[in-house]
Amino acid sequence: MKFFIKILLPTLVILTTLSSCEGKRKTLVEIGDEKQILHVGNGDEISSVDPHTTSGMPEYHVILSLYEGLVSKNTKTLAIEPGVAESWDISEDGLVYTFHIRENARWSNGDKLVANDFVQSWLRGLMPALANEYASSMYVVKNGQNINEGKADPKDFGAVALDDQTLQITLNAPTPYFLQLLDHHSTYPVHIPTIKKFGKLDERGTKWTRPENFVGNGAFVLSEWTPNKYLSVKKSPTYWDAKSVRLNEVRYYPINKYTTEERMFRSGQLHATYYLPREKLAVYKNANNPVLRSYPNFATYFYRFNVTVKPLDDVRVRKALAYSIDRKRIVEFVTKFGQIPAYTLTPPDENGYVANAKMPYDVELAKKLLAEAGYPNGLGFPKLTVAFNANDEHQHIAEAVQQMWKDNLGIDIALASTEWKVYLDNEKQLNYQIDRASWIGDYLDPNTFLEMFVTNNGNNRTGFSDARYDELIAKAALESNQEKRFAYFQEAEQILADSAPILPFYTYIWNRLIATSVKGWDDNVQDYYPFKNMYLENQ
Amino acid sequence: MYIFILKRILQSIPVLLAVSLFTFIMVRSAPGGPFDQDRNVPPAVIKNLNAHYHLDDPLWKQYVDYIMNLLHGDFGPSFKFQSHNVNDLILAGFPPTLELAFYATLFALVVGLTAGITASLKPNSLQDYVPMSSAMLGICLPSFVLGPLLLLIFGSWLQWLPVAGWGQIPGDKILPSITLGASYAAYIARISRGGMLEVLSQDYIRTARAKGLSPIRIVFVHALRGGITPVISFLGPAIAGLLAGSFVVETIFQIPGLGRFYVQAAFNRDYTMIMGCTIFFAFVIIVFNLLSDIILVYLNPKLRQQVSRGH
Repeated sequence: MKFFIKILLPTLVILTTLSSCEGKRKTLVEIGDEKQILHVGNGDEISSVDPHTTSGMPEYHVILSLYEGLVSKNTKTLAIEPGVAESWDISEDGLVYTFHIRENARWSNGDKLVANDFVQSWLRGLMPALANEYASSMYVVKNGQNINEGKADPKDFGAVALDDQTLQITLNAPTPYFLQLLDHHSTYPVHIPTIKKFGKLDERGTKWTRPENFVGNGAFVLSEWTPNKYLSVKKSPTYWDAKSVRLNEVRYYPINKYTTEERMFRSGQLHATYYLPREKLAVYKNANNPVLRSYPNFATYFYRFNVTVKPLDDVRVRKALAYSIDRKRIVEFVTKFGQIPAYTLTPPDENGYVANAKMPYDVELAKKLLAEAGYPNGLGFPKLTVAFNANDEHQHIAEAVQQMWKDNLGIDIALASTEWKVYLDNEKQLNYQIDRASWIGDYLDPNTFLEMFVTNNGNNRTGFSDARYDELIAKAALESNQEKRFAYFQEAEQILADSAPILPFYTYIWNRLIATSVKGWDDNVQDYYPFKNMYLENQ
Repeated sequence: MYIFILKRILQSIPVLLAVSLFTFIMVRSAPGGPFDQDRNVPPAVIKNLNAHYHLDDPLWKQYVDYIMNLLHGDFGPSFKFQSHNVNDLILAGFPPTLELAFYATLFALVVGLTAGITASLKPNSLQDYVPMSSAMLGICLPSFVLGPLLLLIFGSWLQWLPVAGWGQIPGDKILPSITLGASYAAYIARISRGGMLEVLSQDYIRTARAKGLSPIRIVFVHALRGGITPVISFLGPAIAGLLAGSFVVETIFQIPGLGRFYVQAAFNRDYTMIMGCTIFFAFVIIVFNLLSDIILVYLNPKLRQQVSRGH
């Protein structure tokens, strides 16, 4: 005991006094503000910086700094803007696009970037052995799919370099969202000589993606990468618009524990978080804290019904289940993250599409439908299971749904929480009855959502099939008139609402914290935030 | 002594082989594969990916190939982190984990031994109760409670120490080391108290006291060596546990250690990474157990005699 009184106590007192006397040490954020070094949370550790072999969002945010496509997007309106191509012409039938590449476009090693670089890069992305998960984004280009499936010669590809500055692309059909696709990272150019130096062109994971070997064409260049610690990109002096890039460095931190991330933000170790723990939202909201940013996402949370099993093969049962859910209550009292209730699959987008179809919240109608299907007041209804991947939020929503179905329809539902890969495996094999799902749009067009429920589409996973629906989506793909296309989509959306193979819950809201010293970070539904126009300024 | 060490090394080979085989079977029987994703990956792409990583070979061949590559020191490519192979990732992740375990052990030894010895000198007094009940608390408090608690006090309220990172900001290694070491300090305190009490009641200590030696000399020169023997035998598995079990602390404090890679690998079904980490950790555990056995033999004359007689 004497030890504690004689030694420990004085030590603590001295330490406390010393630390309060010492001048406050500068935080990483404060140092970053002075040196234009941005520290951002980036979710998970990324798998690679090769745009042809990656698919996740964390990868996308890094790749957006390291490469640039033919076009880029306005961060406020998401309208297409020039990228590596300074302009383009579209033929009257909408089938031929001619891009004019900037004279001063350069790779980070100083090489001139020419039209043929795009042709070769896309052909690489289509090489079967590379197994590019997003190869299909090039399927709209003539022979893209055939080359990817090994059925056509690369020399018959629809993309041709007419000269160093001119790239001509011939499409299979007029694709109004083609320019949107060109901002997808799988269409970014890669430096072919560098890839060849470190292995075969269609070999995954060779050392060309290491900082010491990397060559890109973006506003930044890969500088340091310690897995699970951080990845750093530095301003590229060879970028065509380098004079307007004001940040010197961006550090991406792979932090998958959001409470850790929020704590790092609070203690000045991060300028921006990737996400926000749900329980923290109210704290920032109530304090009207300007660091909190909330904006809708081009993404929907929904449940899938397996329409191949009884009693879910009966549309009346599916409708009854879908109509008896009070989405407003779920977002207000369960998820509490500011989500917007969704009554249909496709969320509203900046291009003007707002779905007319709407699943009602009508308990009486739901009861009536269930009775018609042979289960008055839920009598004799088999015990179905709602499956979801292990996660608190999914669990809470499922519990609320369970209660609503019990109260409104008198039916009992079991819940099954499984590990992520097990859940995916079951979903793909239709080894479920009802399961949780979500979808993030790849590009700003209803097609990215509605295409999913075409018969046998790999993402359908419900067994749903409707000939008219398939026809409408196919027609929309061939139509160049936006108004007519949207009309097809509206009809398809109505079929989806009437057949109810899914039960939409809400449109996602993205909540993150951004320090007030960060300028030029705009909110948009695609969570698109390239760092080339941002800067740091502390008032 | 050398024969004893050689024998133990030879014994470890079948152990490692068994570990690799069991891991291989368990990993492969888990549902889902490394390339399953939320959104559909076309079957042709999956086929090409399987061909690229030789996952389309018969299972026995995959295992044999894996072991053959392992004999050449090659743990294979990581399925998830394409830009790195498993060797790179283990080399990158192990040093922070080792460093963290080292500081945690240091903390555990200093605090644990001080508390244990202090307590053993006056058993059943306040000097015994205070450190021992704190030790009980330390054992009961898991790292996922202690970590955030320390962060709240020293990171958020007092703002003395950084809340995350490793080697980036001065002082960012202190809290994780304490968090990881605390429960081990508590165990060491209890074990060393027990060990010391046993030794202090032995005849040779009484003789030393009768000869009029100073209490400090009795404790530190005569009693300590015997008293901490149980601590040494605890330390081998403890260090192995610290190395393999640092995942929680690594996640809370954002440390780029091997524990995080290991757990992520399991969720990602990154077959080669799971195999690599398991075999590597098994190897580390074997090495540390061997080291603690050697030290025990060195410290304990009875054991030394047994070993030299070939038992």
